[in-house]
Amino acid sequence: MTGAPGAGELSFKRTRNVKEQAIGAFLFLCAAVSTLVTVGIVAVLFTETVGFFRRVSPVEFFTETEWTPLFQNPRFGVLPLLSGSFLVAAGAAFVAIPLGLLSAIFLSEYSGPRLRGVLKPLLEILAGIPTVVYGYFALTFITPLLRTVFPETDVFNAASAALVVGIMIVPTVSSLSDDALRAVPKALRQGAYGLGATKFEVSTRVVVPAALSGILASFILGISRAIGETMAVTIAAGNMPNLTLNALESIQTMTAYIVQASLGDTPHGSIGYQTLFAVGMTLFVITLGMNILSQWVMARFREEYE
Amino acid sequence: MNGEPSPLSGASSGHGRRRRVAGTVFAIACAAATMVGVVALVVLLADVLIDGLPRLDAAFLTNFASRFPERAGVKAALAGSIWILVLTALFAFPVSVAAAIYLEEYAPQNRWTRLIQLNIANLAGVPSIVYGMLGLAVFVRALAFDRSIIAGALTLSLLILPVIIIASQEAVRAVPDSLRQAAYGLGATRWQVVSSQVLPMAMPGILTGTILALSRAVGETAPLIMVGAVGFIAFTPTGLGDPFTVLPLQIYNWISRPQAEFQEIAAAGILVLLTLLLAMNAGAILLRNRYQRDR
Repeated sequence: MTGAPGAGELSFKRTRNVKEQAIGAFLFLCAAVSTLVTVGIVAVLFTETVGFFRRVSPVEFFTETEWTPLFQNPRFGVLPLLSGSFLVAAGAAFVAIPLGLLSAIFLSEYSGPRLRGVLKPLLEILAGIPTVVYGYFALTFITPLLRTVFPETDVFNAASAALVVGIMIVPTVSSLSDDALRAVPKALRQGAYGLGATKFEVSTRVVVPAALSGILASFILGISRAIGETMAVTIAAGNMPNLTLNALESIQTMTAYIVQASLGDTPHGSIGYQTLFAVGMTLFVITLGMNILSQWVMARFREEYE
Repeated sequence: MNGEPSPLSGASSGHGRRRRVAGTVFAIACAAATMVGVVALVVLLADVLIDGLPRLDAAFLTNFASRFPERAGVKAALAGSIWILVLTALFAFPVSVAAAIYLEEYAPQNRWTRLIQLNIANLAGVPSIVYGMLGLAVFVRALAFDRSIIAGALTLSLLILPVIIIASQEAVRAVPDSLRQAAYGLGATRWQVVSSQVLPMAMPGILTGTILALSRAVGETAPLIMVGAVGFIAFTPTGLGDPFTVLPLQIYNWISRPQAEFQEIAAAGILVLLTLLLAMNAGAILLRNRYQRDR
């Protein structure tokens, strides 16, 4: 490499730089697409919801206890849909949180690498099964089972949807909790064993509290997924908005309403079309809030070891 | 230190029996909890197999949907699903990998980059039906693609974009820095480093993540319902602007019918869908092994 670059080398460098910058700009644009998506979602939901609230008062939306937007005398109270989503999510959490956490403890504290290698993929498969399949399972297997135990159960009921959604989110809770548990350094466990603790005590009194931030975050994320779940609840829980805490009844969740309304006749600009987005906005805000909450929990309660 | 035994020292004495029993009970509970998941999977698959296998024959694969259960088939739905799969892969893969490369190799470590990362993480958690609404408003209405297969593919691409980006970022991050430094040391530009060193090494992870994301897209129903895929299509798509249906939607349509035969037809449809997903995931594993061997 001698002396100053000649004219040929300079122009080679210039084209090389231009090409590099062009590539960098293109890559940046691709990353920016993700921002555009968020902007798009917020803009779309916001504008249609504002249009909706011009025709229906927000007070009625949030306090009225009946949801009959497509009837002659429409009522626009979102509470029945909220209670439906809540009922299913609570039931799902009731199933998934204990099962997920205990499985995670089993996977990380009790099982060896070979057993882990078999069990973890099996749980991943559970997560990969499409939701319509879970809906089918709920309708054709779980509901008849429930009806033999509780004969007063409706054909479409919240309980069987909650059970199935719970099974669906067990891998989420289990996998994230397992990651959190495995991140706890071995030294903490060894210290506890050195003091004479049993495996049970080490797991429950040392490791789980240390991994608490990740475990709690996994619970919140699981519940958020349960709220956003669509097809399994549409198939199994029914399409009757119903403000109730009785899980054996037919209900309608926010997501099921959106599906039902989309399948029906909702011309652009009609009130039916706008209810889609108003309910969608509610759903979006709730799940976004929960996702942000889980990130905050992870950051706030995280224990640093080094 | 005499007299009072410390709380943890009693395992071999009288206190210990209760602790040991508690320990055994807990271990059994954990194992049982894990087995519940496995058992649920087995029961679900068995249920679908028992209901659907009798209905699964060559006619089922080549017939279109019909009002009569004996004549119903998945031809249109299967074709639609494959079209959607290919189109979604075509749109989502380049953009996501490019975004991941930008975030890992090109982006400065400042507030804006962190914001983009946070945004992508949040997008990954948005329910799929919200993407359906975005697709309805933007692709179907605003861009006037109407209820077409391209609107469906674009909507699903947006849905799996964050998933592929996150997986690709992890794959790129796993590439050892020494390779990059060595290439820079030889005078390579940033893009040369990425294209010749980083991408090839990260490709198995990227491909695996992409195929997993595509598996999710193939199983999605709600966003496509919103974008206008319908349940009664009697032809296979021939162009980007055609109406279409997909396997999960056809299955949902059949489940919603009151006649018991349609439930069995739905189960057969589920078997076709699960086979498609199995093939995709097996392909992912094969691809990853092949890439790793060629090194």
